[in-house]
Amino acid sequence: MRPFTYDRAVDPARAAALGQQTGQGQTDSPVQFLAGGTSLIDLMKLDVLTPERVVDITPLRANHATVQAGHDGLRLGALATMAAVAAHPAVLADYPLIAQSLQLAASAQLRNMATLGGNVLQRTRCTYFRDPSWSACNKRNPGSGCAAITGINRNHAVLGVDASCISQYPGDLGVALIALDAQLDLVGPRGPRRIRFASLHRPAGGQPHIESTLRGGEVIISFFVPAGAWTRRSLYLKVRDRASYEFAIASTAVALDMDGDTVRQARIGLGGMAYRPWRALSAEAALVGRPLTTANAEAAAAAALEGAITHGHNDYKPELGRRTIVRALMQAKTMPLAPASSPTRKA
Amino acid sequence: MSENNRGMSRRGLFGAAAGIAVLPISVRAGSLPAPTVEGDAGLSEFVLNVNGRDHRVALDVRTTLLDALREHMDLVGSKKGCDHGQCGACTVHIDGQRVLSCLTLAVAVQGRPVKTIEGLAAPDGTLHPMQQAFIDHDGFQCGYCTPGQIMSAVACVHEGHATTDADIREYMSGNLCRCAAYPKIVTAIKQAREQMEHS
Repeated sequence: MRPFTYDRAVDPARAAALGQQTGQGQTDSPVQFLAGGTSLIDLMKLDVLTPERVVDITPLRANHATVQAGHDGLRLGALATMAAVAAHPAVLADYPLIAQSLQLAASAQLRNMATLGGNVLQRTRCTYFRDPSWSACNKRNPGSGCAAITGINRNHAVLGVDASCISQYPGDLGVALIALDAQLDLVGPRGPRRIRFASLHRPAGGQPHIESTLRGGEVIISFFVPAGAWTRRSLYLKVRDRASYEFAIASTAVALDMDGDTVRQARIGLGGMAYRPWRALSAEAALVGRPLTTANAEAAAAAALEGAITHGHNDYKPELGRRTIVRALMQAKTMPLAPASSPTRKA
Repeated sequence: MSENNRGMSRRGLFGAAAGIAVLPISVRAGSLPAPTVEGDAGLSEFVLNVNGRDHRVALDVRTTLLDALREHMDLVGSKKGCDHGQCGACTVHIDGQRVLSCLTLAVAVQGRPVKTIEGLAAPDGTLHPMQQAFIDHDGFQCGYCTPGQIMSAVACVHEGHATTDADIREYMSGNLCRCAAYPKIVTAIKQAREQMEHS
């Protein structure tokens, strides 16, 4: 690990002031925020991130780690741990896809450490990104090329990729949040603002080293998930190479509002196959107003993977992705609904 | 073999030879100095509370909790396996929660109680039920992952995640055992769970 100075921010304003040079995900940003540390310390040991200053924002836990469920939606403090939110009764009952996306991620120890804010910003697991001995990585070293395109790309994305980067977004929570069109509350040097979660992660766009739309010094303070008739009939289906403690090779977050067998509203997020958290709007549109049959689910899945680009080792992904979507939809259709939790629960 | 007879541990010898700052001074709780680490790139002095005892240390801010324990506090029970949060050998408890000490900066832990495998047995040396259960059921072969397994298993029981075999396997998945003692680890956890619940 390179030498750095360690600062501790006691509140969001101090974090914003200390963190003005956090950048937008560039690996050479001179300042990094430290929360759970599960990504940051790992990548600093690998010499991928080399901050001169680390700003510890864990004191923000005191005021920004609560879960509040109300009639209008769910507010999640960004410093809440994955474990705490995954076990929260209101999240389990009314937003099962969020609870499952957290529960199926990482290990018990990592879920005790990692915060929601850090989780949605976690870096790709692309081996060429994580290993600086590979010089060609546009995400790490802008303009150097992409070693994965002609390399071992079994775990690389097929949606949202371009010639500059085919790395895969590794997270699970982000897939649920994009399906539910969540919002983020930020505090930065120029004050607070609210953005859609869907706008947090930038497309590769030939500049994969710029990952987020956060401004320098901006800290994620909380997430807001709007209530909807679809949140309770929802699930997160994760397909992976081993049964536990593994990243997705394909995943689907589904939320449905059903009128009998007919789909009133559908929300679908895809993981393990896209460059960033991915909402399958075309698949949602293909389902609305139609009965949820296997054939209609397959048509929606086909729409979701339209335009997928593969690079050899990941040729299997579009078909695995389609089957994952179909299975998730059919499971959600018949899932038993948990009794509604009492709103305005706070913990 | 005869290290103990020399009155100094092998690690202590290495530590002293390398001139590493080791200042295990007891500090009374309530009189902890404020963290004075802001903007400091050199050694930072702070207090770590480990197994109920305060240790004043002077460490490079890069030092992980795992390295602080092993290299600076003579607590070598927590093991360094992958050093990247993938194997669980370094599992300790902070604020009663199981976490990975290899991905935790020591400087960020000041003021929070840490418990390691060395702090698990009773003061009179009686093993914790989980330690005894691992012995009773041969829950290990080489033993390298065992401290992490045991710390994780104790937390697993406290969390209420040790009710079924499937639950134990799922909630212990962050602790790898390359000897593959997994079936015996599950059996050991079930035995310890009963004892922990009845004590």
